[in-house]
Amino acid sequence: MSVILVFLLVIAGFAGWWLSHQRLMTKPWLEQGLASDFVGFDRSALPTAKIGLGVFLAVVGCLFALFTSAYFMRMAVSDWQPLPLPGLLWLNTGVLVLSSVALQCAVVAARKRQIDMVRLGLATAGLTALAFLIGQLIAWRQLTEDGYLLSSNPANSFFYLITGMHGLHILGGLVGLGRTTAGAWNGARPERLRLSVELCAMYWHFLLFVWLAIFALLAGWAATFIDICRQLLT
Amino acid sequence: MVDITPADGIPPAEVAEVELYHPHSWWTKYVFSQDAKVIAIQYSATATGIGLVALVLSWLMRLQLGFPGTFDFITPEAYYQFITMHGMIMVIYLLTALFLGGFGNYLIPLMVGARDMVFPYVNMLSYWIYLLAVLVLVSSFFAPGGPTGAGWTLYPPQAIMSGTPGGQDWGIILMLSSLILFIIGFTMGGLNYVVTVLQGRTRGMTMMRLPLTVWGIFTATVMALLAFPALFVASVMMLLDRVLGTSFFMPAISEMGEQLPHNGGSPILFQHLFWFFGHPEVYIVALPAFGIVSDLISTHARKNIFGYRMMVWAIVGIGALSFVVWAHHMYVSGMHPYFGFFFATTTLIIAIPTAIKVYNWVLTLWRGDIHLTIPMLFALAFIVTFVNGGLTGLFLGNVVVDVPLSDTMFVVAHFHMVMGVAPILVVFGAIYHWYPKATGRMLNETLGRFHFWVTFLGAYLIFFPMHYLGLMGVPRRYAELTDMTIMTESAHHLNSFISIMAFIVGFAQMVFLFNLIWSIRHGREAGGNPWRATTLEWQTPQTPPAHGNFGKDLPIVYRWAYDYSVPGAKEDFIPQNMPGSFGPSREPA
Amino acid sequence: MAVALVLVLIVVGSVLFHLLSPWWWTPIASNWAYIDNTIIITFWITGFVFAAVVLFMAYCVFRFRHREGNRAAYEPENKRLESWLTIVTAVGVTALLVPGLFVWSRFVHVPSDATDVEVVGQQWQWSFRLPGKDGKLGTSDTRDVTADNPLGVIASDPNGQDDVVVEAADLHLPVGKPVKMLLRSIDVLHDFYVPEFRAKMDMIPGSVTYFWFTPTKTGTFQVLCAELCGQGHPLMHGVVMVDTQQDYVAWLGQQQTFAQLSAPQQTGSADQAPGKTTASGLKIAARLETVGSR
Repeated sequence: MSVILVFLLVIAGFAGWWLSHQRLMTKPWLEQGLASDFVGFDRSALPTAKIGLGVFLAVVGCLFALFTSAYFMRMAVSDWQPLPLPGLLWLNTGVLVLSSVALQCAVVAARKRQIDMVRLGLATAGLTALAFLIGQLIAWRQLTEDGYLLSSNPANSFFYLITGMHGLHILGGLVGLGRTTAGAWNGARPERLRLSVELCAMYWHFLLFVWLAIFALLAGWAATFIDICRQLLT
Repeated sequence: MVDITPADGIPPAEVAEVELYHPHSWWTKYVFSQDAKVIAIQYSATATGIGLVALVLSWLMRLQLGFPGTFDFITPEAYYQFITMHGMIMVIYLLTALFLGGFGNYLIPLMVGARDMVFPYVNMLSYWIYLLAVLVLVSSFFAPGGPTGAGWTLYPPQAIMSGTPGGQDWGIILMLSSLILFIIGFTMGGLNYVVTVLQGRTRGMTMMRLPLTVWGIFTATVMALLAFPALFVASVMMLLDRVLGTSFFMPAISEMGEQLPHNGGSPILFQHLFWFFGHPEVYIVALPAFGIVSDLISTHARKNIFGYRMMVWAIVGIGALSFVVWAHHMYVSGMHPYFGFFFATTTLIIAIPTAIKVYNWVLTLWRGDIHLTIPMLFALAFIVTFVNGGLTGLFLGNVVVDVPLSDTMFVVAHFHMVMGVAPILVVFGAIYHWYPKATGRMLNETLGRFHFWVTFLGAYLIFFPMHYLGLMGVPRRYAELTDMTIMTESAHHLNSFISIMAFIVGFAQMVFLFNLIWSIRHGREAGGNPWRATTLEWQTPQTPPAHGNFGKDLPIVYRWAYDYSVPGAKEDFIPQNMPGSFGPSREPA
Repeated sequence: MAVALVLVLIVVGSVLFHLLSPWWWTPIASNWAYIDNTIIITFWITGFVFAAVVLFMAYCVFRFRHREGNRAAYEPENKRLESWLTIVTAVGVTALLVPGLFVWSRFVHVPSDATDVEVVGQQWQWSFRLPGKDGKLGTSDTRDVTADNPLGVIASDPNGQDDVVVEAADLHLPVGKPVKMLLRSIDVLHDFYVPEFRAKMDMIPGSVTYFWFTPTKTGTFQVLCAELCGQGHPLMHGVVMVDTQQDYVAWLGQQQTFAQLSAPQQTGSADQAPGKTTASGLKIAARLETVGSR
């Protein structure tokens, strides 16, 4: 459970930082009148939708941190046999990076109000993300054909479970991306479009980060890394 | 479904009244409504409905325990299905949904001075997914093999094995699916509650001016958003174990002479995941209750809540600490015994902020002007039952004391007192308190007092003696207490007494339901602010508040939520949106 | 008035119930009187707090109830009072925690002279295994469980050959000797619980858990399962007899070892095992079947 505790520590750090700006030490009964006279503790200047997405990503992060925790705990049992990761995953990783880059370009373009570039970026991001999903499915097929079935070993089970969960999140993201893309073609207002594109990009970058972490986990580097850290500590 | 989002993606909490989307038809106004108040009532009604099912299940269980052998249709199989569904419904589908989905939806926008939740469409989806989860749960009663009988903790391996009702049938599959749906739906709602508190607050409403109700619900929601994923992970993994034969939680097993295909899985892993959700869940239910009861006491004692700052810090502190105490449910689970030292210490530390909250409630009463209204009576009853249940928690949290008491009726009595009776008493108090705002009419006083006395005293008489059965060593989750050397004749009588009390208390709830329905038409007219309270929900131009809550202009907040009996002020309360400066030695506006 | 009175009555009634009711723990039969003492300390401290808080509330409700013209005092906080209360609470909590942790440390540290006794739970019966003359239990594996080898003892392990196997029958223990109960399950979670011994621990398939105690009284004690293990859970009873050393040796002499049981001519079913007073798991399963089909 150490992974999830570390994750929660990070969340607690954010929460603590935010709380420290809420003047928790004041005596509210002594302060009458308009509080905006006291500076800087009203709502955040960020768009509400971004904060909402941020909170949601914290929940998603929590989910994957818990899967990771479970992975490490289950890994400790002797019947664990790591499965060879298909080389295709490297390609998929590249495709997903490309997808993120394309969306980042769309963000930059949206800020400059270059609608053509926005459309191009969105379309590229959508197609590459689809390609990633198809690539993941092919990787699954390769593994099952090689006899690495879901239930034959816990390492396999975790592989399918975690990659599947990540894929579902990408799929959900594609719905949002689809709506944004439709907006880009149907002439949504530029401010609105910019916000949507930024939200998509935020989600995409986060899922890319999650994917990299998962990849490291499934490839066994994460365990090696933790072992090294542990040795350094003791 | 046009006009889902207002112009420019600005959430409705921030837009002016004229720009707010408005429902166009009866369907979008009352059924597929995006108004948080309607969603709140939908949540509450559904939770109450499914809660009634759980109440009936508890009666059936008490029939079996109080009068063993009398009712043939309550087989051990049926008994385990009853306890499982009773527990799961009460904890998750009733209490969590009611406090966060019901009270959260109704009170957050009104109390922070917002027009609605920040993402109304997602908020609506949240309710419909919750309803779907409830329907899936209910459907398991009609599935072949019936609902699962694995106990609400759903511990593997037994949860998915044939020796447990529903383990190899549909029961467990439907239960896990329903939980997964609930968590998805809750996450949608939870995002709204958190972000509305962060971003929807009106001008002048700083965090330190929020009523404690909002603090409680806000902190509980943050915790729920971080804790429910653990249950989600556990449910998904167990579903895979059950349906696709993986071995996340399933070790090598020889069941009734037959070797099962699983290998190497860890049942303890499930317990860690479950309680990583399960313990924060206790506070997810308790913190909103803490918050609401603070406001009830302050309003009806006409006195500011004592030590507001301490109360806020305690809520936040309890919320944070509750994530590092989960394994106190697992002292005798066979985990490494050294964990016991750590978790006993953290568990007992959490008693300190909790005790501070109790002191501050009773110190608010001290030198107050106590109106013994029904909400106040329920608040007082909450303190009694919560203190009682909290103190028995010190037995169970203190690792070695837990050894003889764990898995006995002592545990059952403890958690019913602290997270069953106590929060439910707050729910009742809160309904008596806010019903006039939601309907414009008061609940009937006579029926209310009858309901209060029977519920409070009855529940205390049920659960206080039950601790002593646990002390005798009577285990929980026993469908039959026969052939047991520790069960004396008098203990059987005590069980019968408890069962009879359970029926009486259950009956009083029917009176309450009648009162709820009857008073909609026949209750006394309440007016906008019958309790003469300070918080924003009582300052709305219409009662019940119209869509958009505050009419043309959002209120501006000039003071904290507890300006009761301020020296120098004419009235004994000053609404939060009233400008001006009152009282001794205060900084000027 | 009435409310204040009821609050006082709740305190008085609860205290009287605690003192006078006939429902109290069973007479202890092991060395864990420490646990009982810790519970007593906890009762004193928590009982005092409960009475103090509720009586204070009753006083407030009586003294400060609403009367015409009353007005509440204005007191947002009182730092000194709050700090004092926090300190007093912290002291109280420490007074609970310290003895608790002290006893827990005894509970988890098994004395070196404790003899091993293995308990194996399965739906819905108890079996036991005692080390033979070599004083060592052989290794075991759930995968090796068969009708002839109900505990899954690994036959190739020489340590296991002389182990005494007590299948679905009563366990006997000598009085006054510490025992380390090694707990194992071959199907679901169980929990070996004898109320008179106070100690208990879950049994987890796939791993071995433990607790230890010293029986201090001879007699017959009922074993209960304290972790939900399916529909037969409430019927999963067993018996532990604490004997004098002499009786114990006599009983031990009648038991069969793993080697004897696995010899081909020995195919007698468990029902004929000597000293058996409880129903076997399969019988319970059969009984549930008939109940279920009613």
